[in-house]
Amino acid sequence: MNTGLPATQPNQNGADIALIGAFLAVGLLMAIFIAARAVDPLMEVHALMFAAAFAAGGFALGSVIYGGRGASSDVYEFDVVKAGVIASVFWGIAGFLVGVIIAAQLAFPNIFYFDNLGWTNFGRLRPLHTSAVIFAFGGNVLIATSFYVVQRTSRGRLWGGLAPWFVFWGYNLFIVIAATGYLMGVTQSKEYAEPEWYADLWLTIVWVVYLLVFLGTLLKRKEPHIYVANWFYLAFIVTIAMLHIVNNLSMPVSLTGVKSYSLFAGVQDALTQWWYGHNAVGFFLTAGFLAIMYYFIPKRAERPVYSYRLSIIHFWALIFIYIWAGPHHLHYTALPEWAQTLGMTFSIMLWMPSWGGMINGLMTLSGAWDKLRTDPVIRMMVVSVAFYGMSTFEGPLMSIRAVNSLSHYTDWTIGHVHSGALGWVGYISFGALYCLVPWLWKRKELYSKQLVEWHFWISTIGILLYITSMWVSGIMQGLMWRAYNDFGFLEFSFVETVEAMHPYYIIRMLGGLMFLAGAFIMAYNLWRTAKGDIRAKEYVPSQAAAVPAE
Amino acid sequence: MYEMLSQVAQTWGLVLFVIAFLLVLVYALNPRNQKKFDAARRIPLEDEDIHNG
Repeated sequence: MNTGLPATQPNQNGADIALIGAFLAVGLLMAIFIAARAVDPLMEVHALMFAAAFAAGGFALGSVIYGGRGASSDVYEFDVVKAGVIASVFWGIAGFLVGVIIAAQLAFPNIFYFDNLGWTNFGRLRPLHTSAVIFAFGGNVLIATSFYVVQRTSRGRLWGGLAPWFVFWGYNLFIVIAATGYLMGVTQSKEYAEPEWYADLWLTIVWVVYLLVFLGTLLKRKEPHIYVANWFYLAFIVTIAMLHIVNNLSMPVSLTGVKSYSLFAGVQDALTQWWYGHNAVGFFLTAGFLAIMYYFIPKRAERPVYSYRLSIIHFWALIFIYIWAGPHHLHYTALPEWAQTLGMTFSIMLWMPSWGGMINGLMTLSGAWDKLRTDPVIRMMVVSVAFYGMSTFEGPLMSIRAVNSLSHYTDWTIGHVHSGALGWVGYISFGALYCLVPWLWKRKELYSKQLVEWHFWISTIGILLYITSMWVSGIMQGLMWRAYNDFGFLEFSFVETVEAMHPYYIIRMLGGLMFLAGAFIMAYNLWRTAKGDIRAKEYVPSQAAAVPAE
Repeated sequence: MYEMLSQVAQTWGLVLFVIAFLLVLVYALNPRNQKKFDAARRIPLEDEDIHNG
């Protein structure tokens, strides 16, 4: 792969180079200034990291100016998509690995607790895990696939010259700043929005450029209609921008220090946080990955999406309803009861668009169901859509106030999140990666379908171990917390509930380990595919008709 | 401010959303759009050079 910056269209006038160059120069000076005047050592480290990144960006830009862009006849800009695929696989494995480590810490706290290594504490590693899988793995998958799909379905090159590369490197710089910050103890303590104010500002800049690249490509499209996958990507990009900016409104204590305070306080802060938090699920982990479903399943199955009308209703219903569901995270709190009920009602209404979308994805296979047997990549994506249906059934159920009184603060929530994250987001992403690598590296097929089979079965069993153990553990935990004895006292002390969860924590760790093993198999398979290898002893599934049952 | 917002959300907000949803239904189910949607759903598949682009 060409690891340097890519060739762009010959008619490019160099405005992108001038803009990015000026931006890098200003950024470098600011970073050096802040590093020199930093009021705390954490900011000094981060400012130096920014300075190093801007300097490296300057060198890369210099190589484009002096090396020339190299006139490319390619219609499409796919090198940035390749970089995104590599980053996705890397961050995926890193995020799953940290997940297994913190699962081991919970199962065996006496073995995996190191009191002289503060950065290995669960409190530091947990946001590292969530951000690595959601924003590093998921975000890179979304950026890479959106850049691919918008070009393909618009029949035009990405807009903005080098701007897509700025988005890719800028986003990954944000990930590195966020991740190293967690390990050093930098956090604003908002779940899924832990990075501090300066990282948030940086992400805002990157995200606006991302939006411009996406919109610019759509505006210059040669296809009259904007394909539905692009609507979902656009909703994801626009809504994440809005959520990110509002939830992170804060006042830094010093412009050269890491600490800041939110503009919101009390119940307003809680509501803003969960308006953000639930829509990170709705627009990052749902809308964005539905865009992947609407492009990659039809493409891989070689059949058009089941119903385009349904996809339009799915889209508008989903985005109109999701944005109101956040208050279900705040049942039995200071939030006014009508607002809690509103969040619960909208969550239940989400059953309809979710299942409409699931049916649309599954029925795309109608007439081609045999592919489930012969093509493990299709099977992975179909199982992903099935997990989407299952977790979007479970979610509204858990948002009902009476159910929530049992499930909230228990492991049931963790199990629910992982059936969506491992099953839906993970599998649709793996499916897209298995499609993209042969397409991008121009290989006829994958190195080995059999290894995809192994990946599929090992990680499917892993997911099932994970979510079933968390169901049992969570419901048991909830029931133990609310058990009273004949005298009206609590039946169990808190530590007894923790002790009872021990076996389920071990099962959960094993499930995670299997999911991680599957990801390693995928990484090997994709690497060999990119190299152009075909596995010699590949088992070819029988093409003969199935033998009818007796 | 709170009274006003909660009042609007609990009354006209509902009406507005029902109307918006009806408009989406009209757009999606209008037979005159059928031809456009038939063409649109084939967009990913009519991109034939995928293996040698």
